[in-house]
Amino acid sequence: MIPFDAAVVRRDFPILDQLVHGKPLVYLDNAATAQKPRAVIDAISNYYLSGNANIHRGVHLLSERATAGYEGARLVVQKFLNARESREIVFVRGTTEAINLVANAYARPLLRPGDEIVVSILEHHSNFVPWKMACEATGAVLRVVPMTDAGELRMDEYERMLGDRTRLVALGHVSNALGTINPAAEIVRLAHARGIPVLLDGAQAVPHMKVDVAALDCDFYAFSGHKLFGPTGIGVLYGKADLMDRMPPWQGGGDMISSVTLEEVRYNTLPAKFEAGTPDIAGVVGLAAAIEYLNGIDMEAASAHEIALARYAEAKLSEFDDVKLVGRAAKKAGIVSFVMTSAHPHDIGTILDREGVAIRTGHHCCQPLMHRLGVPATARASLAFYNTREDVDRFVDALGQVRKMFG
Amino acid sequence: MSDLRELYQEVILDHHKRPRNFGPLAEANGHAEGRNPLCGDYLTVQVDVEGGVIKGVAFEGAGCAISRASASLMTDAVKGRPVEEAERMFEEFHRMVTSGVEDAVEESLGKLAVFCGVREFPSRVKCASLAWHTLHAALEAKGRTASTE
Repeated sequence: MIPFDAAVVRRDFPILDQLVHGKPLVYLDNAATAQKPRAVIDAISNYYLSGNANIHRGVHLLSERATAGYEGARLVVQKFLNARESREIVFVRGTTEAINLVANAYARPLLRPGDEIVVSILEHHSNFVPWKMACEATGAVLRVVPMTDAGELRMDEYERMLGDRTRLVALGHVSNALGTINPAAEIVRLAHARGIPVLLDGAQAVPHMKVDVAALDCDFYAFSGHKLFGPTGIGVLYGKADLMDRMPPWQGGGDMISSVTLEEVRYNTLPAKFEAGTPDIAGVVGLAAAIEYLNGIDMEAASAHEIALARYAEAKLSEFDDVKLVGRAAKKAGIVSFVMTSAHPHDIGTILDREGVAIRTGHHCCQPLMHRLGVPATARASLAFYNTREDVDRFVDALGQVRKMFG
Repeated sequence: MSDLRELYQEVILDHHKRPRNFGPLAEANGHAEGRNPLCGDYLTVQVDVEGGVIKGVAFEGAGCAISRASASLMTDAVKGRPVEEAERMFEEFHRMVTSGVEDAVEESLGKLAVFCGVREFPSRVKCASLAWHTLHAALEAKGRTASTE
């Protein structure tokens, strides 16, 4: 493996080399979606140029090729997560669909009035709303683990919440709004000690750290392709085979059956049971290309680079009296969330955009968290390994323009 | 910075920093809540309508400079005017911040014309129009529906 160099890997991402409002693009919205390396774009393009066919049932060459590409991608994901079996990898549209699948096929049939599901105040709406809906449909209760002012989970409260009625723990691995890295292994250990299964929302974790589902021992793990430098519209649900085998199917249609008569439908086995209809084959091919691209990068060094950049940005922002950093967890990913006394996040975002700097502003799909923080919105710069110190300097300089306008 | 200056004109920055008609309205007989689900901005508009005329209007809430200044300038603009006229202004204002309007219409909007720069910033159109949608709902909630056609 070649030593990690941000300036070199940056060249693999054609989109970064462009002007925005006449200024070189500084892309700091990676937690919303990451950019794609040429390898991913080429894999999707080649699939449509020479390999497109429907999978599984075709007897012709193209169909066999497409099937091999699709099922080969499953093995790539299995290895990436260190899952025991490839049938534990289900392709879905994204993290949101993965969580909805578990909420509908695992939780709903199980939940009785008074049962409990544990989430936290840090959750993205996608790991909050599906559980809220499941609770409303069944009479179960949502328990919400609080956090410290720094944005860290109150693990003592978490442990206290685990009880006889807890049916599932569903927690984010890394917070999208604050960057907090939750102690995932400890979360699983405490739940398993009481026989409670755990789902981890890994959307913000997989792009930035090595995730090993066997070592974590989590029961479900969800992530999205597009935050992992792959295409939109594709994601993964990992689930332990013994749990998923016992779950009823969620969506019905082609591919998820073994036989259909007017009287009776027999369902397919894993993973086809949860993959009704023609899947996003090109998306799966693109996702595998993204993972293979990442396999060629020293992810440990890449992650250290991102975190060093984020700490550099935070140090610079701390010099300004009118900037308040939001989320000061000891263990944090490359996310810098902040508010300014003089300007609302949307105004910051608009002014930065005119300087060529793309950040995200708003509630980050975390309204309960914003409420807890007592702010309607924050501005967020989120880093990827292709960002450089120069990007951070441009970002900080652009904040000077905000001050000039609103100060 | 030039089109940013078009967006953040002095009048807008002034109304952002010192919003007019901000706070509860003592004699309100109609109100509505407005939310922009994309960004979490919210505000409430209260009206006091007597004999088809907006005698009083005020707003409260949290939002960006554009949404706050728009609400502030709107309250100044519609206070003392017939409901029908306020609804017509909403229509013209909305056209101005989305597709643009003829010079004569822009002139008739008076101070509200400072928001003409918004149409260069499609993601901010909703910020500028939130207060107007909320006013419209507040007036409808009063049962005095004005035609927007």
